[in-house]
Amino acid sequence: MRGAKSAKWVAGAIVVALAATACGGGKDGDAASKEKGKPAGYVSVDVGEPQKPLIPADTNEQLGSYVIQSLFTQLLDFDAQGKIVYTNAESIKTTDSKVWTVTLKKGWKFHNGEEVTSESYINAWNWYANVKNKQQNAFWFEDIEGYADVHPEKGDPKSDKMSGLKAVDDHTFTITLSKPVPYFEYKLGYTTWAPLPKSFYADPKAFGQKPVGNGPYIFEKWDHKKLIRVKANPDYKGPNKAKNKGILFKNYATVEAAYQDLLSGNLDMIRQVGPKDLPKYKQDLGDRAIEQPYAAIQSLVPVFYSKTFKGINPKVLQGLSMAIDRETITKTVLNGTRKPATSFVPEGVAGKQDLGSDVFTYNPAKAKKMVAENGGIPGNKIWIQFNADGGHKEWVTAVCESIRNATGVECIPDAKPDFQTDLEARDNNQVKSMYRGGWVADYPVNANFMRELYSSTAEANNGRFSDKAVDAAFKKADNAKSLEESIKLYQDAEKLVLAKMPAIPLWEYKINGGHSEAVDNVTVDFHGDFNLSEVTVK
Amino acid sequence: MGRYVARRLLQMIPVFIGSTLLVFSMMYALPGDPVRALAGEQAVDPVQIAAMKKELGLDLPLWHQYLNYLTGLFQGDFGTQIATQRPVAEEIARAFPITIRLALFAFVFTTVVGIAMGVFAGLKADMLRDRTLLLITLLLISVPSFVLGFLAQVFFAHQLGWVDPNVSPEAAWDELVLPAVVLGSLSLAYVARLTRTSVAENLRADYMRTAVAKGLPRRRIIGVHLLRNSMIPVVTFLGTDIGTLMGGAVVTEGIFNVQGVGNAVFQALRHREGSTVVGIVTLIVIVYLVASLLVDLLYAVLDPRIRYA
Repeated sequence: MRGAKSAKWVAGAIVVALAATACGGGKDGDAASKEKGKPAGYVSVDVGEPQKPLIPADTNEQLGSYVIQSLFTQLLDFDAQGKIVYTNAESIKTTDSKVWTVTLKKGWKFHNGEEVTSESYINAWNWYANVKNKQQNAFWFEDIEGYADVHPEKGDPKSDKMSGLKAVDDHTFTITLSKPVPYFEYKLGYTTWAPLPKSFYADPKAFGQKPVGNGPYIFEKWDHKKLIRVKANPDYKGPNKAKNKGILFKNYATVEAAYQDLLSGNLDMIRQVGPKDLPKYKQDLGDRAIEQPYAAIQSLVPVFYSKTFKGINPKVLQGLSMAIDRETITKTVLNGTRKPATSFVPEGVAGKQDLGSDVFTYNPAKAKKMVAENGGIPGNKIWIQFNADGGHKEWVTAVCESIRNATGVECIPDAKPDFQTDLEARDNNQVKSMYRGGWVADYPVNANFMRELYSSTAEANNGRFSDKAVDAAFKKADNAKSLEESIKLYQDAEKLVLAKMPAIPLWEYKINGGHSEAVDNVTVDFHGDFNLSEVTVK
Repeated sequence: MGRYVARRLLQMIPVFIGSTLLVFSMMYALPGDPVRALAGEQAVDPVQIAAMKKELGLDLPLWHQYLNYLTGLFQGDFGTQIATQRPVAEEIARAFPITIRLALFAFVFTTVVGIAMGVFAGLKADMLRDRTLLLITLLLISVPSFVLGFLAQVFFAHQLGWVDPNVSPEAAWDELVLPAVVLGSLSLAYVARLTRTSVAENLRADYMRTAVAKGLPRRRIIGVHLLRNSMIPVVTFLGTDIGTLMGGAVVTEGIFNVQGVGNAVFQALRHREGSTVVGIVTLIVIVYLVASLLVDLLYAVLDPRIRYA
């Protein structure tokens, strides 16, 4: 009877295994809404798991920013045209672009009841900037006087306070910069500049899982990799007070799955329709489809240390730019998800101008002539590096095809398996000749698309472009007396950039999303995010 | 029997260490820096990145990192995720119950329906119903699972409206039926074919003739004598199939939005979350090992001639 005995043993093991898996699978939410787990009056959007804990200065990716933006309100925000709207600030004044006086609106409270004062901002910014706290966005505070003391290039910080931040009273403080920055006010609109309540400093780690902000929504819960739920803040005093009862940020395995849920009424808003559904999403959704360009640009960035482009005549790069048939590629390969670029600065950014140049227009004959007459390309061969996990392969291949057909230059797509490997090659100067660059506006001023990308000391300048005249033009614009003058000087600088071609702008991004029949008033802000507080439930 | 099980369990230790080391070194060998990648195209402060790596122990040489990992593992610590700074154990505790439910569902479906189909066809080999089964299984084997998944989604969710196209984050039992059927259909085809062949062959065996000659009722002949002897190849297949169902369901999980293990490994790989990948793969290795032990023990049940000492 040995057999029977061991059968019992096996059966026992299976029972244990079954019991172990029986847990889980509970449900919550009410029956009124068709969508599982969504309370009435809430809206849902496909915003997946934030990469990092929810601390404003440690988040720079889109998903986390979405949640942070709903929970925190900074001094100011931007409207759809990219104009400044004061939110928590009553006013921000300066006479010399160096010392800025901020007055806060009175009576604002964090969600735990604590009042928002000058200290809430000053202490938070000092904490964010401190090198010891290893915040991703610490460099955003580098304009402030005393930044080097809290964030030295090497070693421990000398101080835990930046000397440039001083409280005048509970609702007034001054920011002194180490040198004038005419567009500094615009920078303050970035999510990183959010204030923090006192409870944060006791346990930042716990705060990152359960943040307490001062924004239009109050944090409710975070089921990791499933959803984040926030509810409307009834005491909110800002202009962007929630018009719905709350938001569910839902995580989806794929964009296709999110789209399926949108169609079946289990999701209210989708940020981006996947390539599979792009050709038919306008038919499916009708006037609920959302297509709108936003302030972001994609470029091909030549690396000036490579054999291909070392000491190249910029006219050759202009020739390559003319060899790319932007119109056709955006229409066919990219399914209308991009809009051909006409300058280095995208639409919706202050200082966007018509450069009046034919560099961005497809002209194969002239392209061939430009490349050939200005010395050509060493080896007559270029590589375009891109990350294979980002859906870039199709258009890179098309761009290469276009360049090859127009100029006869051999163009080879150089795929890196993923974004990490792609970045590593850029950081270590191992790009063969060009890489795919993408840049979304942090703040809607043309300086963001000039200085941060093409100044010889800019950290995002992975093409290692370096030009004295361009640097000087940027410096001149930075030293301008007023914002208007600075924008204008940056426009002049852009003309210089066009002559030097540190990058070949390809196209501006568009959001291709949509919403369900259950919601209304879905609008998009300047960097392509939904204005969630404006969304109403039908 | 007890000694045999003990010996098999002990053998798992070197297999376990070997496989974790292998996966660990593979993750180490991958290019790309997960800490640096967190910043994306924005500026990075190398000092800050170095500090973060030091804190996570990612600046150490491979052998040291592996040693730290193993030491942690034996204390029940699966490590910490790089980006979220949450323990890997939490991620495992989240993903595994969902996948185990899905895999169990698919497994039960495969076993019950597959064996039934196999017996049904095998009893009348080369007749019409046998041919039909061969055709159906051929279809299931040759159609890729994502095609099957999309078809099922369009048909059952959009056309008929019986189910929601996606599984909600809670992944309740009833929502998992459709993905489980799609996931299990490939194995179903194999199980049906294995059973059919085995049954058809054993029908001609001597002991079957004896059983019939003894005048046993037909139900007993088929249910006990025939089935029990025909199950050995099927059980072997099912044993390894458990592991495949658990770890290899990335595509099906993606289509139906099941946030299970396959998805978790895929995401972790993309973000170079080494400790998450190693932790989950290790658990799947253990599932494989335990399943194959169970299969070996089942042999003894099915065939009394097999004895373990």
